[in-house]
Amino acid sequence: MSAQVIRAAEAVAPEARAKPAAIRVERLVKAFDARPALRGITFSVTPGATLTIFGPNGAGKTTLLRALATLARPTAGTIEVGGFDVVREAHEVRLRTGYVGHQPYIYEDLTARENLLFFARMYGLRDGAARADALLARMELTAKASERVRTLSRGQAQRLALARGLIHDPETLLLDEPDTGLDEVALALLERLIEERRARGQTTALTTHNLERGLRLASEALTLVGGRAAYSGPADGLSAEAVLALYRKGGAA
Amino acid sequence: MQTVIHSPGERRLADIQRRAPVIGAALRWLRRYGEWALLVLTAAGMMLTIWASFVYAPTELVEGPIQRIFYAHVPLAWNSYVAFFFTLAGSALYLWRRDERWDSFARVNAEIGLVFTTLTLMSGSFWGRGFQGAWWWWDARLTTSLLMWFIYAGYLALRSYTGRTAQGARAAAVVGILGFIVTPINYLSVQWWNTLHPQPILELGAQAKLPGSMVAALMISLVSFTLLYALLLIEAYKLERTQALVARLRAEAELLEAEPE
Amino acid sequence: MNATPSRGARLAWEQLWAIVWKDLRAELRTRQAWMSMGLFALLTLVVFNFAFDLRVQDQRAVGPGALWVSFLFASVLGLARNITMEQDRGPMDRLMALPVDRSVVYLAKVIGNVLVISAVEMVALPVFAALYNLPVLTLPIIPITLLGTIGVAAIGAQYAALAANTRARELLTPLLIFPLITPVVIGAVRATEALFSPVYGDAPWLGLLAAFDVIVLSISAVTFQFVVEE
Repeated sequence: MSAQVIRAAEAVAPEARAKPAAIRVERLVKAFDARPALRGITFSVTPGATLTIFGPNGAGKTTLLRALATLARPTAGTIEVGGFDVVREAHEVRLRTGYVGHQPYIYEDLTARENLLFFARMYGLRDGAARADALLARMELTAKASERVRTLSRGQAQRLALARGLIHDPETLLLDEPDTGLDEVALALLERLIEERRARGQTTALTTHNLERGLRLASEALTLVGGRAAYSGPADGLSAEAVLALYRKGGAA
Repeated sequence: MQTVIHSPGERRLADIQRRAPVIGAALRWLRRYGEWALLVLTAAGMMLTIWASFVYAPTELVEGPIQRIFYAHVPLAWNSYVAFFFTLAGSALYLWRRDERWDSFARVNAEIGLVFTTLTLMSGSFWGRGFQGAWWWWDARLTTSLLMWFIYAGYLALRSYTGRTAQGARAAAVVGILGFIVTPINYLSVQWWNTLHPQPILELGAQAKLPGSMVAALMISLVSFTLLYALLLIEAYKLERTQALVARLRAEAELLEAEPE
Repeated sequence: MNATPSRGARLAWEQLWAIVWKDLRAELRTRQAWMSMGLFALLTLVVFNFAFDLRVQDQRAVGPGALWVSFLFASVLGLARNITMEQDRGPMDRLMALPVDRSVVYLAKVIGNVLVISAVEMVALPVFAALYNLPVLTLPIIPITLLGTIGVAAIGAQYAALAANTRARELLTPLLIFPLITPVVIGAVRATEALFSPVYGDAPWLGLLAAFDVIVLSISAVTFQFVVEE
């Protein structure tokens, strides 16, 4: 796209904007003081895609997801999620994005249902109670709805966290290693959920250490090595061996 | 590195000199000799202050010679207010502009302000011992001065605890803004509750309650101490920026060592 | 922006009370906070009694100070516990990804703190009145206590988040909170004293307390976003 075309597209009213990329990251740098976690990453994700972010430990996967979720402010470069800038239009991004991090991050002294109701209220949902009950059923947590989170197992808490991320039916869902701590049944559920989101045209981005699962779910892939993008593009044709080769080669590409 | 640091200012200066040669030349002179000029002025001012407060000003009839402490005490207190105000301003500008230099500015002002407050408290204490017979008494002005001292000591403790991190700088900036609340309280406290501290000598718009020579000595001292403050500020700021640069270079060097590319 | 200002304001209002309700619910369930704060406040009152060997004539002089020191210690105890909770579980993160203004989160935390501390004070005040034999259970004690508590909670909420994010917990209480809270305590003590031994021409302590609260609340509401930023 030439500069002129971009300018013309921006001149149109926001709602008439041609459907923007679900995620657009340009020359993103995130440094924690002198320590750079991301060293200039550029990629974009088409709406409705499922993006899997691969990378060895310390490659910057979590930092990238946190930046997309408006939790880590970019040191340089720009990020747009759903066409909104994560710094200037953070509120809009947060309204339309669900984020589920490493920790379940749910309130231990509230019940499962109370947790979901709280998050529904925070998004200003009118049908919060109905959505909470539907999601509890979907995550097979109905029996645990009135139990305090403190008493749930790791896997149950993980499923509840997933429900929390889905409570407002976000356009973009960001999942940081959602498959850790889940049993086989829950894993199947997770994969089904992601497939359904893709069928509805909603975007999902996830990180995982399980290359096979990551590749099976992905329509697009991003491989981070040492804070740089070693690969970014369609996932078809990418094999676990190819991803591992990228890990070994390092972020030279 | 040398050229990188100086080039933007150098370019701006050249630009000014092209358009207004006289102002440009003056700025260039200040840039080269300004600090020396300030040092010479401060030294001369301090000499003058010593003469004015010990020789020129008459001995106070009731308090005696101990009253002469006042010529150092008031300017120190005044400049600590100024310094803390600049900590507030620097902190706010740092949060707004996210420019590290404002953070350094806020920090060195807190350091200088804390030193001046310490000296203010000490000089006040000597005067109190000489005139009131006690080193310390719990009245409004003294109590809130001590609070001010604790707040900025806390600010600097937080700074040294967090090290040179952006997170620590932001936290310190918030403390630098909130902490300033105590400064106007300190200034106004003498009007709010019973105090042994003398009322403000020089109220804006009010008639001078002092003989002219005492006012003159105080003015000389005020100007000199303000020059001293400016000199300390410039030197401390330059030192702080250099330290920040060294810290950054060291961190970068460590990173390069850890992962040669 | 497709949310109209009034819709945005209503959402912010709902979010404010959602956070307050959520925090209170968790606090009520655990109860440890209330118990330890309440007992600590009462214990402080008793210790003061022994420390100063209080007789009837001293009680007027020392009483208000003892009352507010006990309130202050109890509040700080509650805040310290709050910080530990935040550091262990990182609940701020849970809130930060939500479409909620940071000032709303701050104000919700302040309201939560005020409610918890007030509950403890409601128990401690009658006990104080009985132990110290002072006529403090009058109507004016309500605004005094409320304004004092808001001041403590406003500073506490801001610095608790600050300490959690910089991991400067050890520094927090002695060096950062106490100097800034002391003006609140001075104002509250003086205002309480004036209830039973009024001083002619004394400063308008309630007004000063209110002004202090408003300033701290507004500065903190604006700067809270920088404190919780990563």
